[in-house]
Amino acid sequence: MTDIEAIGRQLAGALKQYSADYIEARLEESQRSHITYRGRELESIGQATAIGGNVRALARGGWGFASFNSLSDLPRRIELAVKQARLVGKEKSKLAPVEPVVDIVSAEIDKNPLTMPLAEKKQLLDEYNDIIWRTPKLQTSIIAYGDSHKKVIFLNSLGSYIEQERADISLRLTAVAAEDSDVQQVGLSTGSNGDFSSIRGLHQQVEQMAKHAVELLSAPQVKGGEYTVILDPVLAGVFVHEAFGHLSESDFVYENDRLRQIMVLGKKFGSKQLNIVDSAAIPGLRGSYKYDDEGVPATKTYLIREGELVGRLHSRETAAKMKEKPTGNARAINYRYPPIVRMTNTYIEPGSASFEEIIGDIKEGVYAKNWFGGTTSMEMFTFSAGEAYMIRHGKLAEALRPVVLTGNVFTTLNNIDAIGNDLEMNQGGGCGKGEQMPLPVSNGSPHIRIRQCLVGGR
Amino acid sequence: MENILAQAKRVAEEAEVFLVSSEETPVQFEANRLKYIQSKQSTSVALRIVRQGRIGYAVTTEPGDSQSLVDNAVETAQFGMPAKFEFPPPISHPQVDVFDPDIESMSIEEITKLGEGLIAIVTNHTPDIICEAGVTKGVISVRIMNSRGGQANYKKSVFGLGIHGSLIRGTDMLFVSESESSCHPLTEPKAVAETVLQQLELAKNPASVPTKPLPVIFTPRGVANALIPSLMAAFNGKVVLEGASPIGNRLGQQVFDQKLWLWDDPTIAYRPNSRPCDDEGIPSQRTPLIEQGTVANFLYDLQTAALAHTQSTGNGSRNGGAPVPSASALIIIPGKTTFEEMVQDIKEGLVIEQLMGAEQGNILGGDFSGNVLLGYKVESGKIVGRVKDTMVSGNVYQVLKQITAIGSEAKWVGSLVDTPHLYCPSLSVAAKK
Repeated sequence: MTDIEAIGRQLAGALKQYSADYIEARLEESQRSHITYRGRELESIGQATAIGGNVRALARGGWGFASFNSLSDLPRRIELAVKQARLVGKEKSKLAPVEPVVDIVSAEIDKNPLTMPLAEKKQLLDEYNDIIWRTPKLQTSIIAYGDSHKKVIFLNSLGSYIEQERADISLRLTAVAAEDSDVQQVGLSTGSNGDFSSIRGLHQQVEQMAKHAVELLSAPQVKGGEYTVILDPVLAGVFVHEAFGHLSESDFVYENDRLRQIMVLGKKFGSKQLNIVDSAAIPGLRGSYKYDDEGVPATKTYLIREGELVGRLHSRETAAKMKEKPTGNARAINYRYPPIVRMTNTYIEPGSASFEEIIGDIKEGVYAKNWFGGTTSMEMFTFSAGEAYMIRHGKLAEALRPVVLTGNVFTTLNNIDAIGNDLEMNQGGGCGKGEQMPLPVSNGSPHIRIRQCLVGGR
Repeated sequence: MENILAQAKRVAEEAEVFLVSSEETPVQFEANRLKYIQSKQSTSVALRIVRQGRIGYAVTTEPGDSQSLVDNAVETAQFGMPAKFEFPPPISHPQVDVFDPDIESMSIEEITKLGEGLIAIVTNHTPDIICEAGVTKGVISVRIMNSRGGQANYKKSVFGLGIHGSLIRGTDMLFVSESESSCHPLTEPKAVAETVLQQLELAKNPASVPTKPLPVIFTPRGVANALIPSLMAAFNGKVVLEGASPIGNRLGQQVFDQKLWLWDDPTIAYRPNSRPCDDEGIPSQRTPLIEQGTVANFLYDLQTAALAHTQSTGNGSRNGGAPVPSASALIIIPGKTTFEEMVQDIKEGLVIEQLMGAEQGNILGGDFSGNVLLGYKVESGKIVGRVKDTMVSGNVYQVLKQITAIGSEAKWVGSLVDTPHLYCPSLSVAAKK
C-alpha cells in the first residue's frame, strides 16, 4: 500500500509556495466491506480498498479542486487546482479565521470492524434473516450490511496537519410480505461509529418488523387530509433533520439575500419549549468527529433555543460571509468531493410530557413511527413513516399502511405543541446533499405532537 | 489487468477483471456566478472470481496492488453465492457510438461561457431569481477481461448542462430546474433555458385545489419522478425472482393500458447511458418491457438469469459493486395527443412536474404519495397557476392500467428516462386548508 503519511509529511511545507490565498489537501486510505442478502441466501459479499486524495485552492474568492487516485505527480495536481481557482476568482477571498491544528486522532472504538472475520459478521446476519423467514406469509427479506474504516490526513497552507481515523457501520433490514399482487414492506435501520456490538441483540425488533410487514397486508390506507400527528423519536428525528436541519445549512443561505431575511437570527419558529441542536462534539455517534474536513474543531450549535432561531451550521467561507463564527460543519463523503456544509448529530432536546399526556386528548389522529425516508425543498418537506396507527379517543387503534407526511417548515414547527421526555438518537440514517450521499449522521428527538399535519392517502 | 487475471486464475476456476477510469471536469455556478472549477481523476479495478463454485468479489483503486485484491476476493468467496453462470467467451458487440472527441477539445473557457449564457437568459427573464448551474464534461474508459477469453474495451464521452433556480418572495419559495445530457458537447443553452422560463411563466400566479380525486397530467419529469421508480423495481429480474414484483407472474398478460409501450434501450447513439455491452461484457440489446400494455420481458444480468433459467438481457450493471440487473435507459413510446389537447380536455385538474417524496413510499407495491413541489392547476382547459401545500397519492399499477392519453412528444429526463406526458383520469389529491 502507498504510505499516505509519508506523502502528507512531504506535502506539509510545500502548500505555502503556490500563489493562492489558501490551499488544503486531503489524503485518504479506506477499507470497506459489505454483505447483502436478498431472500434466504447471501447475495453479495465484497471488500474494497481505496487510496486517493484531493487538493483545493482558493484565489480571489474562486475555488479550484482536483481529486485523484493516482498519488504520483502531486505538484501537477496542486498547480491545476490553483490555476482553476485563479480562473474563477474575481473578488476577495473570505474565510473565517481558525487556529492551525496539529493533531492525531484515532478512531473512538476498541475494535476495527474491518479486522473482524467475515464469518462472524455473517453469522449475526444469518440469525436475523432466519427470524424474518420464520414469519408466515413473508415473501422475502433484504439485508444490507456495510462497514468502513478510513484514515484521512488533512493539511493546509496555514500549517494544519491532522490525521483522523473513522469507522462506520450501517445495517438495514427489510421484510417484504406479499399476497396476491399486494406487496408490503417494513424496514429497520441502524448503525454505529464502528462498534459492531451495537448492532447485536436486535432479534426481538427484527421479529416485530417481519410480523408487522404481514399485518400491513390487511391494514387500511389512511384517508388523506389534516390530522393531529404524534411522531415517535425515530421519525421525529428524521423530521427535525429534514424540516429544519437542512434550512440551517448556511451554504443555502449565505449568498441569497431573501433567504437571509427569512433566516434572520431571533426569528420565532416554534413555541418556548422547542430547542434544536446539532453537535458533532457529542462522542460515540455516527455524526461525531473531532475536526471537520476543513480542520475546524467540532462544536455544539443551538439552532433553535426556546423557539427562536439562534444559530446555523457553517463552513469557514459561509461563516466569514455571514460574519458569524465557524461551527465545524464542512464535511465531504470522501476525497472525490470538496467539503460542503452538513449536519452531524441533530436532535430536539427533551421536554417534560409523558407519552400518555401527549396522546390523551387526541380524538382522532395518526401515530407515525419509524423511518422510511425524507426529503426537503427547504420550504416544504416530506417524510415517510415505516409504521402508522390511527389514534382514536386518546388510544392507539388499527394499524395503517405506511403514511407520507408533508408540511411547510415555517408553520409546522409552530404547530408542535407537545414534546416528550424520552429523547432517543437514531443511528440508521444516511444523509444526501447534491451528489454526496450517504453521509453518516444521526438524528434524534423525544415523542412530539404536531397539530394540523398534512397526511397523504386515499 | 492481464497480470491480475493471471494471478486470479492460479487460485480460482474462473475470473473476471473490470477496470474503469475516468477524467471529469465539473464547473459549478452558485448564486448566479462562477464558483468552482474541478477536475476529477479516478481509477478502479474490480475482480470477480469463482472459487470452489462460489463467487468472490473485491475492488481497489490501486491496480498495482494485485496481491491484496486477489486475497480479498478469495476471502469473500468462502461465503459467496454459488455461481450459476459462466463468463462470456469472445463475442462480438454491436456498434454503439458513445464517444465524441470534440468533448476532449472543449476548453474550460467555452464551458464557463455556456453556463454564464444559461444563467443570463434565466436572470434576464426573472431578475430576482438565484440560480445554481453546472456544466460537466468527462471521458470514461471501460475494459473487461475474463478467463474464458471474453473481452470488452470502449470509451465514452459525457456532457451535462443543468440549472436550478430558486425564487423567494416572503416565505414563499419556487424552485425551477432543467438539465440536458449527451455524449456530444452541448453548445447551446437555449433548450434548457426555455423549459425553465416556461416553468416560471406557468407558476406566476398561485392557485388552490380542493381535497378530492382529480384528473392529472404528468409531465415527462413528473413521470420519471413519480411512476418510474416502481417500474424499475418491478421489471428487475432479481425482484421478480424473489417474488416481490407485483407483475412477476404476469409475463405475457395485459397489466397496463393497451396504449402503453415501454422498452429498455442502451443502443441509442450518443446517449450517456448507452454502451456496446453491459458491465459483464454481454452485448447491448433493446429489450421490450411493455408491449401494448402486456408484460413482455424482465431485465437480467448473468447470475440472476441463470437462477431464473433464462438469458441475460445485457443489463448487468455495477454501481461501484458487483453486477446486478439494472435498467439502462427506459423509453416510453409517444402517443397521439399533444400536451395542449390534454389540458384543454380538463375541467378541473392538475399538471405535475415534480412530486417531492414520491420515491419514499412502498415502491415495490407501486404506492406513491408526494408533495407537489412543482405543479399547476388546470381550470376549464387552461393552466391558471401554481399549486402548493398539496399531496397527490396513487398506485402506479392503477394509474397505468387506464391512461386517458399519452403525449405525442417524448423528452429525456436525465439520462435514464425518455417519456412523453401521461394523462390520467383520476388521482387522490389532499390540499392544506
